[in-house]
Amino acid sequence: MTDIYLDNNATTKVDHAVVDVMIPYFLEQYGNPSSIHKFADGVARGLKQARQQVQNLIGCEHDSEIIFTSCGTESNSTAILSAIKAQPNKKEIITTTVEHPAILSLCEALEKEGYTIHRMPVDRAGRLNLEAYKKLLSDQVAIVSVMWANNETGTLFPVVEMAELAHAAGVMFHTDAVQAVGKIPMMLQDTKIDMLSLSGHKLHAPKGIGVLYLRRGTRYRPLLRGGHQDRGRRAGTENTASIVGLGKACELALEHIEYENTHVKAMRDRLERGITEQIPHCFITGDMNNRLPNTTDIAFEYIEGEAILMLLNKAGIAASSGSACTSGSLEPSHVMRAMDIPYTAAHGTIRFSFSRYNSMHEVDEVLKVMPGVVATLRKLSPYWDGNGPVANPEQAFKPTYA
Amino acid sequence: MWDYSDKVKEHFFNPKNAGAVADANAIGEVGSISCGDALRLTLKVDDASEVILDAGFQTFGCGSAIASSSVLTEIIKGMTIDEALKVTNQDIADHLEGLPPEKMHCSVMGREALQAAIANYRGEEWADDHEEGALICKCFAIDAVMIEEMVWANKLRTVQDVTNFTKAGGGCAACHEDIEAILEKVLAEKGEKFDPEAAPVAKPVVAEVKGPLTNLQRIKKIEQVLESLRPSLMADGGDVELVEVIGNTAYVNMTGACSGCQMAAMTIAGIQQRLMEVMGEFIKVVPASEMAKLVNIAA
Repeated sequence: MTDIYLDNNATTKVDHAVVDVMIPYFLEQYGNPSSIHKFADGVARGLKQARQQVQNLIGCEHDSEIIFTSCGTESNSTAILSAIKAQPNKKEIITTTVEHPAILSLCEALEKEGYTIHRMPVDRAGRLNLEAYKKLLSDQVAIVSVMWANNETGTLFPVVEMAELAHAAGVMFHTDAVQAVGKIPMMLQDTKIDMLSLSGHKLHAPKGIGVLYLRRGTRYRPLLRGGHQDRGRRAGTENTASIVGLGKACELALEHIEYENTHVKAMRDRLERGITEQIPHCFITGDMNNRLPNTTDIAFEYIEGEAILMLLNKAGIAASSGSACTSGSLEPSHVMRAMDIPYTAAHGTIRFSFSRYNSMHEVDEVLKVMPGVVATLRKLSPYWDGNGPVANPEQAFKPTYA
Repeated sequence: MWDYSDKVKEHFFNPKNAGAVADANAIGEVGSISCGDALRLTLKVDDASEVILDAGFQTFGCGSAIASSSVLTEIIKGMTIDEALKVTNQDIADHLEGLPPEKMHCSVMGREALQAAIANYRGEEWADDHEEGALICKCFAIDAVMIEEMVWANKLRTVQDVTNFTKAGGGCAACHEDIEAILEKVLAEKGEKFDPEAAPVAKPVVAEVKGPLTNLQRIKKIEQVLESLRPSLMADGGDVELVEVIGNTAYVNMTGACSGCQMAAMTIAGIQQRLMEVMGEFIKVVPASEMAKLVNIAA
């Protein structure tokens, strides 16, 4: 059996067509786009085309609203640091407890510098309370930064509505949309979103290329100053091959957006149904009715995620986990904690994330393997006894924690 | 994925002694707060000889927690409980051919379950004797609680102090920002302010095993250690030259590729570490360029 890759929210395979359009920019058109000779004369056209391809995917009004960066993290940092530099008198930032570390770590650092960070909590289904959000908006807030889709559960936040509310209060709005772009349709020109981050490697472009969408007229301060690249808004020689690749990837994503929301979604749904029907004591986390079409995050109670992944890996299946032990930091997933998922379940969460390269056949293969994996580990678990959890698991096993 | 040894994988994929021992008379239940793993160890101890006849584990945890539990049961079966109490977490890690630094706490959890089970057998109450904090220094596996305690106990003021006393930050140096944050926090609690330029706190001289060295003996010993490190430095196109030894401070010149290399500071820290290990006393290794400053002050 060939290996099955269900970790597309972590990163994706680069599409062949993307690699093909990139190669000439390594071997032939390798000139600096700023140069005036034949090694560079096609590069500017390539960049222009890529800009339009990105524009078409996210539906922004002008292609000059696209700034190429090195990754989603750079886009996020640029957006937030720009907002606070441009508005030095505003000392508050609104975000959520379930953002990616690219936002949370930056906010933590800014907190040490004296900023007040409002981290909005979520309910058990991972949803925000918009009434509470409205109360936080004020003229003291420099920027709101809220992710479009959660990387672990796929839960979508109502960023379009939230941007309207921010706009009405005169507050800048940024969204980290690295998981959403290419998976759900969007038309930024019809929204009040001021800034948006996207990342190439989440949509079959290479790693090391990202975009910051910056609405025309939004006050802006560059993170990197230097040359005139991207109209002085992001200095540094353009990563030409990757930019062209990202453009192609955006074009393909737009072509497949319906497929993503029908066929890819059908694979996800079949896997989810199969697992929850076959395996007792597991449940889906996040907002089931308002999610990315490609993501499911399933909590397997009484066992631990890394152990599940190791057994899956042995069976040739790649997924990821919100368990503490799979991250280098040992911090349990802050997303699971924010949703108040019980401790004995949060450690056993597994995220399966699909792409258009997956197939129904692969779903069936995973469904064959998964019950055995879970049963093997439950046999080792102090919370499990024979065919079910021990009675009163939390009382039956109460270890001394050190 | 972690870079687990084959031994860890072997014990994870084919765990030994999984499940509870049916007629156990010693039970230990412990968990590690830093990652949420937990383990129940059940033993059957022969009352007359106090030999562990059987051992079984039930673990809620990651691959290395399961492997640590499995190998622990293998180690202790057949031991008397007094022998078993001598098993350290390092023994568990060694039997597994090593664990990643982030995962050493899995071996600690194994040792604690063993202690708890034996206390249970003897009718004693087991109390944990250490608190575990977030892992700060990944090179030497030093956690935040350990660093905080040392900062309090020894009035440490700078990152260099913390490295001198705990080793934390003495390797790749990536954790220096985190160490500064700990210093800021603890010093603020003491009503002081963190000053990165503060004078170093003198580390008490480590008791010498073979009696104090004379200066000449010390210089010869340092030369020997440098000689032993030379091949690896030369492999990277560099070299080291001993210029002077004043008290516990060795002044060296980094030459060749080492001079001006960004890794020079780390290399010097590594040399210092090696010297301290071999000589059993505190040695500070300083670039010879610092000697001029010393002379100026003296003059």
